[in-house]
Amino acid sequence: MATGIKELDRQDAIAGWLFMAPVLIIFSIFVVIPIGFAIYFSLTDWNGISPPAEANFIGLRNYENVLINEGIRRSDFFKSLKNTTYFALGVVPAQTLISLLLAVVINQRMLRFKGFFRTAYYFPSITSSIAISLIFLFLYQRSGLINRILEILTFGAWEPISWMADPRGVLHILLGWVGVTLQSAPDLLGSVVLGLTVWDWISGPSLALLAIMIMNTWTTVGTMMIIFVAALQDIPSHIYEAAQIDGATAWPTFTLITVPLLRPTLFFIITLGMIGTYQVFDQIYVMSSGGPAKTTLTVAFMVYRSGFNDFNMGQGAAIALLLFIIIFVLTLIQRRITEGKGE
Amino acid sequence: MASVSGPVTVEKEKVDLWAQVRLVLSYGLLFLLALTFLYPFLLSLTTSFKTLPEIALNPVGLIPQTWTLEGYERMQAFNVSRWAFNSAFVAITVTLGNVLFASMAGYALARIKFPGSNAVFLAILGTMMIPGIVLLIPMFIILKQLAMIDTYSGLILPKVATAFGVFLMKQFFEAIPQEMEEAARIDGCNRFQMFFRVILPLARPALVALIIFSFQGSWNEFMHPLIVISVNQDLYTLPLGLALLRGGMGQNLQWNAILAGSILTTIPMALIFFFFQRYFVEGISYGGLKG
Repeated sequence: MATGIKELDRQDAIAGWLFMAPVLIIFSIFVVIPIGFAIYFSLTDWNGISPPAEANFIGLRNYENVLINEGIRRSDFFKSLKNTTYFALGVVPAQTLISLLLAVVINQRMLRFKGFFRTAYYFPSITSSIAISLIFLFLYQRSGLINRILEILTFGAWEPISWMADPRGVLHILLGWVGVTLQSAPDLLGSVVLGLTVWDWISGPSLALLAIMIMNTWTTVGTMMIIFVAALQDIPSHIYEAAQIDGATAWPTFTLITVPLLRPTLFFIITLGMIGTYQVFDQIYVMSSGGPAKTTLTVAFMVYRSGFNDFNMGQGAAIALLLFIIIFVLTLIQRRITEGKGE
Repeated sequence: MASVSGPVTVEKEKVDLWAQVRLVLSYGLLFLLALTFLYPFLLSLTTSFKTLPEIALNPVGLIPQTWTLEGYERMQAFNVSRWAFNSAFVAITVTLGNVLFASMAGYALARIKFPGSNAVFLAILGTMMIPGIVLLIPMFIILKQLAMIDTYSGLILPKVATAFGVFLMKQFFEAIPQEMEEAARIDGCNRFQMFFRVILPLARPALVALIIFSFQGSWNEFMHPLIVISVNQDLYTLPLGLALLRGGMGQNLQWNAILAGSILTTIPMALIFFFFQRYFVEGISYGGLKG
């Protein structure tokens, strides 16, 4: 009997590894080994064309070039980090709030045409990012739909702009309205920090980047709405009934019951949003290629550009690994905040 | 009597009217919002049937004054049907591989006690934390080493296993009652027979969700084909072909062609979405709740 069970265990051990084998092989070849390669090549000057064996080992120079040594690479890297951070700071709160709001509305039991609304709001999420980027490129033209709508909404006061060609920073524009320009600002703003002037750092996203941010929010709220709806449906209805009996109205019910119960989902959505926004690439590639005036240059796009346009794979690999560390640290910080608040 | 009930009725009617107005306004707002999500697609669809001069003259009008297939003919001249074939071929192959491998691995992790299963599980969990963009250059390096640049296998093989798929299936298999397998074992089935004859047929809902997500992911994928395809234009997928076409046109975009291409890329996903909506929603909830 005992040998029979042992025999079964042995068979299971073999079966288990056989069942895992295809996934393990694929992951080893296309994820684990490449990560090792990336670390190695980030320490070389490989150009992506010549045989990799001929690449020279140059130590940490690729990292020094973007982090320490003065020059265009460092200023470009911090420019891209600035742009990406503005992108995340704008998109993540917007997509989280809007999708939560849509989910609460869609989840109303009395709502009619529920299926239609859900389908409509979710539809952009299933569409190719390239197709959507091209469609919005069309809408963002000077004579395009977005400018036309703004003209109508402002009764003609809106001056049509060429969105994707406009490098003006949103915060610079706002400062301009209250009379602050680079000339009138304190000298402090002209000092250079990490390759950029302080005035540059506080530019806010450019109008071109803002256009992509709006599009990105528009595309992603659908998926997030569905995740929120699933979480909302897990909240037992007797909790709401109890609140109703206690005479709670809609807003307190939302802030005091719904939001706290949604906290895990909320933080999941924010993590998802951060990871997504810090990697934004497709839209940049199609709509702006990093321009105008490098104001839509993101870290992810810089990884690609270094490797495939500047033929500096080592530099690209180094930036990619730095991006990995940045995303990792941000996720850790966010988890710390989550756990802190959960107690 | 009248002097007492009068004001009360008026008051009640006022409240009712106010509620009605609010209701109409709310629905109006929701429909307006739906329009902002759908109108860009609608406008692109009709614009793809306009002539270039008409688009230049009026890029916001919804109905074309003269309908033309010019945009679609232009796309055909760029070999769009080949791109569509490649997209479909790659998406179908990737989906088949993903479904088979993910369900096998998911089953092993959920149901088979084998040495090292915990370590394997954690390793796969770990790969999920690696952002896709970080793999861009490493993927290029390994594909170059394996001589897979400009090949179908380069487009397909790296994508036939996903951590998301493994988790989706693992989670599903954990919910299937153990008795099913015990009965099969008593009937003399080995693990493989058990898996293919008993377990897999039970997993239909999870499989449909996985099929849809794999297909969607592959159909819309851009970054991967961008680095795999270097010179062979016969291997362009729809998103890659479109993006490079846009790059090639620079500032003088032939909008009817570009939008025709965008619409052609959108339609298959739209059809799948409308027929299998339920599974999209279920699949997202699965993945979402698991985190």
